[in-house]
Amino acid sequence: MYKYDTYDQAMVDARVEEFRDQARRRLEGKLTEDQFKPLRLMNGLYLQLHAYMLRVAIPYGTLDSRQMHALADIADKYDRGYGHFTTRQNIQYNWIRLEDAADILADLAKVEMHAIQTSGNCIRNISSDHFAGAAADEVVDPRPYAELLRQWSSFHPEFSYLPRKFKIAVIASDTDRAAMRLHDIGIQIVQNDAGELGAAFYVGGGMGRTPMIAPCINDFVPLDRLVTYAEACLRVYNRYGRRDNKYKARIKILVHELGAEEYTRQVEEEFAHLLEQGVEPPFAELERIRTFFEDPLFEADASSDIDRSDPDFALWVDRNTVAHKANGYVSAVISLKPVGGIPGDATAEQMRLMADLAKDYSFDELRVMHTQNIVLPHVRKADLHALWTALDEAGLGAPNLDTVEDIIACPGLDYCSLANARSIPVAQRISERFAKTGKTETLGQLKLKISGCINACGHHHAGHIGILGVDRKGVENYQLLLGGSEAEDVSLAKITGPGFDEHGIVDAVETVTTVYEREREDGERFLDTYRRIGMNPFKEALYG
Amino acid sequence: MAELLRYRDDETVDHPAVTVDAFLDQSNASAVRIEPGDDARDLLPHLERLALVEVNFPAFGDGRGYSSARILREAGYDGELRAVGDVLVDQLAYMRRCGFDAFEPDQQLNKDDVEAAFERWPEVYQSAADDRTPIWTKRHA
Repeated sequence: MYKYDTYDQAMVDARVEEFRDQARRRLEGKLTEDQFKPLRLMNGLYLQLHAYMLRVAIPYGTLDSRQMHALADIADKYDRGYGHFTTRQNIQYNWIRLEDAADILADLAKVEMHAIQTSGNCIRNISSDHFAGAAADEVVDPRPYAELLRQWSSFHPEFSYLPRKFKIAVIASDTDRAAMRLHDIGIQIVQNDAGELGAAFYVGGGMGRTPMIAPCINDFVPLDRLVTYAEACLRVYNRYGRRDNKYKARIKILVHELGAEEYTRQVEEEFAHLLEQGVEPPFAELERIRTFFEDPLFEADASSDIDRSDPDFALWVDRNTVAHKANGYVSAVISLKPVGGIPGDATAEQMRLMADLAKDYSFDELRVMHTQNIVLPHVRKADLHALWTALDEAGLGAPNLDTVEDIIACPGLDYCSLANARSIPVAQRISERFAKTGKTETLGQLKLKISGCINACGHHHAGHIGILGVDRKGVENYQLLLGGSEAEDVSLAKITGPGFDEHGIVDAVETVTTVYEREREDGERFLDTYRRIGMNPFKEALYG
Repeated sequence: MAELLRYRDDETVDHPAVTVDAFLDQSNASAVRIEPGDDARDLLPHLERLALVEVNFPAFGDGRGYSSARILREAGYDGELRAVGDVLVDQLAYMRRCGFDAFEPDQQLNKDDVEAAFERWPEVYQSAADDRTPIWTKRHA
């Protein structure tokens, strides 16, 4: 894991004092709310329906047990004893007082954490593959590149007042576990025929009210030009991205309106210019960062035997563990989707348990998944039963990774001032329904994602099944979408037809799964069947 | 109009700044004002006759002026680069890093707050238009 040196620590400490001063000036009335708003947003402080929310950065989703303990302590000390893990691999607290915010940032700084640029019209916390460093299929661990970009983008003087927010994801395998092409910039670290590493840049993806899949604008940027290329992408956006309408201000609109070819031409021109300016870090910095991400000391002779005599344990192993590059190890997913629970929520006690289990069984490392679960990336197969037993006792043993119960849901109208409808209760009713009918396991991989408004924080466009909450004449109404994917087979879901009320949408989800069960061929996922047979059979079943 | 904050040793330019269009039409103008929608690169063939470039921030949240400033400095402009308009304390440090060396805010700024803003950052992570050495260069010096 990356560790701060005195420079990193000094920067984060300075940020805490800067924010403390800004909050003081706001409370004294020297800053208007309009002037203060972008400043607090760039420190993760967002005003929701009932209170301030604080979003804490977890760079590329990686943290250690000490940091997870600190997150638990913040939940107890400043919030209501729980936190919410987000689709950007961060955590947010829903009941924060402005007066406490600087103290929370100071607590975070003590464990090399912060809330820098987790909101606002700036470059946000960089996300990555949650199995980085563990996955057998990666070319290289993508996190050093994400860390380099974290440093570059932190307090960037030119790009802190962009037209709109800006999200970057970095992956390094053909399997996309980070929704890479649905980011403002998606970077895939690739290897060319000569065996050299480079970065493929995908620019202009996003969800929101105008979902777009990012086109590849350069399939091989040499690693010693990575920052310069990113800077060129951002400068063209900062200069020409639309500022007249916040709904058309994301880079996807610029790329779409200019066309990918013309946007690329402008970036290449800016890139050629910036290469002469010497903005690229010394290559030794990338090498320094890489040393923090070297493999832990895996046991060469770790046993691959698993005692499967307990069927509940065996199911969890089948469902929630993922192949690892080292023999005798797996990555184990801790589901934050208990049946009837709030997707992504964890209590302080659960956070502490996950921290302690990471220390005991996973080289002191945890990951946050964009699907709002937690990963212990490096677990010996021999330790799985002990791990599962501890998780199950704490209500963290749900065997439902990538199933219909593993729902992404935005905070919705329970918390969010932008929402038109509640998301959480719909997720709860759906997981209860499928748990009750026992169909979860037989349906296999089925990614269901719920947003409470068209801003799409719940990724409904990318769901095999998506649900979008809208307001219809003052009543919550839910549209059903089918056929989206955030993975390497990326696609945008399509609306089935007229929406449903909050009970009807649960029935509708069950109806489309029945069509799938009837129509599926060997080995097909829900998504595959949908792609083969199209929308009509589902429509007929829904609307007859 | 509030007091001009200036971090240069030379004489203050007192010519009125003209619009970019007017500047490009007038061969003798030496001061120009860039609006957010203007292309700073239009000025690059004429840098030798410029003594003052004002970059207007009609609203502090519109960050195009930061790119305009850096582009001028990257092209070698070494005259006065003045941020005018909705220029607030909490943006000063970033503006300075992008090459601004004078500030003419609509509203008077508190002197102590200004001083604190410029002294805030002990280090910088990335290169910009100022002469500060980025952390990653210091690490490998």
